[in-house]
Amino acid sequence: MVRINVNGEERQVDVPEDMPLLWVLRDELNMTGTKFGCGIAQCGACTVHVDGTPTRACQTPVGMLTPDSKVTTIEGVKGKAAQAVQAAWQKLDVVQCGYCQSGQIMSAIALLTDNQTPTDQDIDAAMDGNVCRCATYVRIRAAIKDAAQTMRA
Amino acid sequence: MLHHLIRQAAQNGFGDGMSLAPLSAPSRRGFLKAIGAGAGALVIGAHLPMPALAAEAAPKIIGPADPRPHAFVIVAPDNTVTVLAKHLDKGQGIVTGLATIVAEELDADWAQVRGAFAPADQKLYANHFFGMQGTGGSTAVANSWDELRMAGAAARAMLVAAASARWSVPAGEVTVAKGVVRHAASNRSATFGELAEEAAKLPVPQQVKLKDPKDYVLIGKADLHRLDHVSKTNGTAIFSMDIRRPGQVTAVLARSPRFGGTVKSVDDAAARKVPGVIEVVSLLVGVAVIARNTWAAIKGREALTVTWDDAKAETRGTDAMLADYRKAAEKPGSVAANKGDADKAIADAKAKGGHAVDGEFVFPYLAHAPMEPLNAVVALNPEGGCTIWAGSQFQTVEQMVAAHILGCKPEQVKIDTQWAGGSFGRRATTNADYIAEAVMIAKAYPKAPVHLVWTREDDIKGGRYRPLFLHKITAAVDAKGELVGWKQRIVGQSFMAGTPFEAVMVKDGVDATMVEGASDMAYPVANLAVDAHTLASPVTTLWWRSVGHTHTAYAKEVMIDRLAKAAGKDPVAFRMGMLKDHPRLAGVLKLAAEKAGWGQPLPQGKGRGVAVHESFNTYVAHVADVTVDAKGQIKVDRVVVAVDCGEVVNPDIVKAQMEGGAGWGIGHALRGEITMTDGVVDQANFDSYLPLRMSDMPVVEVHIVPSHERPTGAGEPGVPTVAPAVANAVFSVTGQPLQTLPFSRGGIVS
Repeated sequence: MVRINVNGEERQVDVPEDMPLLWVLRDELNMTGTKFGCGIAQCGACTVHVDGTPTRACQTPVGMLTPDSKVTTIEGVKGKAAQAVQAAWQKLDVVQCGYCQSGQIMSAIALLTDNQTPTDQDIDAAMDGNVCRCATYVRIRAAIKDAAQTMRA
Repeated sequence: MLHHLIRQAAQNGFGDGMSLAPLSAPSRRGFLKAIGAGAGALVIGAHLPMPALAAEAAPKIIGPADPRPHAFVIVAPDNTVTVLAKHLDKGQGIVTGLATIVAEELDADWAQVRGAFAPADQKLYANHFFGMQGTGGSTAVANSWDELRMAGAAARAMLVAAASARWSVPAGEVTVAKGVVRHAASNRSATFGELAEEAAKLPVPQQVKLKDPKDYVLIGKADLHRLDHVSKTNGTAIFSMDIRRPGQVTAVLARSPRFGGTVKSVDDAAARKVPGVIEVVSLLVGVAVIARNTWAAIKGREALTVTWDDAKAETRGTDAMLADYRKAAEKPGSVAANKGDADKAIADAKAKGGHAVDGEFVFPYLAHAPMEPLNAVVALNPEGGCTIWAGSQFQTVEQMVAAHILGCKPEQVKIDTQWAGGSFGRRATTNADYIAEAVMIAKAYPKAPVHLVWTREDDIKGGRYRPLFLHKITAAVDAKGELVGWKQRIVGQSFMAGTPFEAVMVKDGVDATMVEGASDMAYPVANLAVDAHTLASPVTTLWWRSVGHTHTAYAKEVMIDRLAKAAGKDPVAFRMGMLKDHPRLAGVLKLAAEKAGWGQPLPQGKGRGVAVHESFNTYVAHVADVTVDAKGQIKVDRVVVAVDCGEVVNPDIVKAQMEGGAGWGIGHALRGEITMTDGVVDQANFDSYLPLRMSDMPVVEVHIVPSHERPTGAGEPGVPTVAPAVANAVFSVTGQPLQTLPFSRGGIVS
């Protein structure tokens, strides 16, 4: 049995410790908002927060999490940055196929939690690990700036 | 052109005994229940007489007249309006687009409008361009335009009739706006929901009046939000990857590392010992590991030992294939276009003070790599047949293939279409590939619903690529700088050959999808010769966002810049001079050039390039600005797009498709390639098949030509011209034409 804290809830799962957090979330806890895109931390579709840090769930063996680790997924993300980011994404109709967007949003929330005046270079650095094959990058950039403005207001 | 050919192919049947017999409808009541419409809902379709349309664009219902209404719009007592999309939404926003068309004629309030995917039913939901249910060729709005306007107008007329009867007032005095039906004189009003049950009992009108475009309140307006913009930002949108049926198991499939390889022997002892692995089954297409969850299935597959028989496999590398292509290009191919005498015109031009330009273009294999790896859930139904949950793009083909595998009737194959996490052409296959695999595994393991999951490696190595192409072109301008001769040879694979589509898609040895955009180029060359060699390989290939135009537009537009330079002409002026008979192409070219500031001087190291092309009846021009740094590395700074796709239903979605199309074109031009060594694909994942990332993405400015021409597509036409515009921008700085793709091959991309 592995115990993890997801979105503030204690969960117990009967899985091997090397099972990536991604599959624990998706297949064991039926939390499918976190996506499988590449399995090797190259696309960012599986991005969650572990203690607030954006983390690729596909390369995080569940056994590596400590009992105190707090995992936050798209289903449970809250707060000023989350609200601003999701509102900006909706205002600008960022999504196309939408499959990568949970991960994009989790990375953007982490960026704006730390930095409410991101430059284009900051956005490149924070978001380059998140692939969007629909190439919604123009709107992701605009939405991050919009959300930053909301947060500063 | 493509959709006409598909339609003919569909009419001619799919071979292997899979004819396109009409399929019967699913249970209407069950479907209404599934989408929550409940009893008393008004269900409207368009079994109305289709108006006479221009021959080129005329949709045509295939098969006998259907006595049942086509269910396209459901007005429920809870006051929701649900529009059923017969097309797959893989990001292009078609659910929103189709709903907008209905809502406009219905005068619904946008806030009450919902979208849902229609069930698989070829007879009710055929793409009129294809004659089968399917999405592709940027046809979705074009082929739904008339039937959805009529469906919306019919539903509106019935709501008006119900109100007229309820209030005993003349229907002519009843108005509808923003989802409210009103009789001003008596100051009475009712919502759609309040009238739905009464309206549902009325006859469907046989004639409806459609709106004048000047009265549109939704179509063409930029402030409508996509219907999926909330669910796709909070993790609640469901893709087939997220389907979880009771007792569901997960399967991954071991496939031959070489295309055309087959299973020789399997040792599954170690795989069966992996915790969570339930079963291992050998199939024609590979070896499936079935497990309790995805991780166990992947680990189980890693523990398999499979020996493959490569007797019929491709064992060449891509370098060897290209050498074979070059050899083939030495000889004439099958003729795709032949006007005048290209050889003579080129020789004459050279002899009389003109200039000839030679170009050899190499285009690599490319994977589609949609963000959602391919997957499908299949459950065998107790009464026979099965239910498939998938991002289904060619529903009719999938029904037929699944029926063939299971030995049931196509109508016993139910498809529950889900949001698709991208496709770019990948999900529309002539043999339903990944869905067929899932059905085969479900047949072999009937105890539980089976979720077949492809890993990213399966996807990158899994074929159905945009084919490898070689183009050899010689073209000439005369002493006056007029384009007088063009000779082009195209060598590559046909993805239509060997499929049920071959009979109509391949004419006189030429696959139309190989030469589209070249043999029918808009530039008026009096002496034009285009021919093609189709070379076979077990490597599987497929259409890829904008199909033949991905390479033909590139080769054409890069050559045009070289010819303009040889003629001493400005690239925009040179093109403009040749587009006098093509006002819509000239229109987008002029618009893009103006908006980009064409002709204004640029700083050292900056370049500007242009390209213009028609594809899928849509006209697009791109102007690209690039920086070439001191080390010769390039960066795309800005792209200006002008698009004319007729009447625009959702301008913001067209804009989004142009932004995405630009990214798609640039990303693959920069670094995209699939190569093989001894028949084994060299790339495996996004660490080797390098996608466009945020830092690569230029500023994109989109300008839409206002138009009331019939609407055409936007999903694909934003792709073909962006890469040649970038190449021409680099050419303007370096003088070196970029003729081998991707650009990273030339060392100019980090």
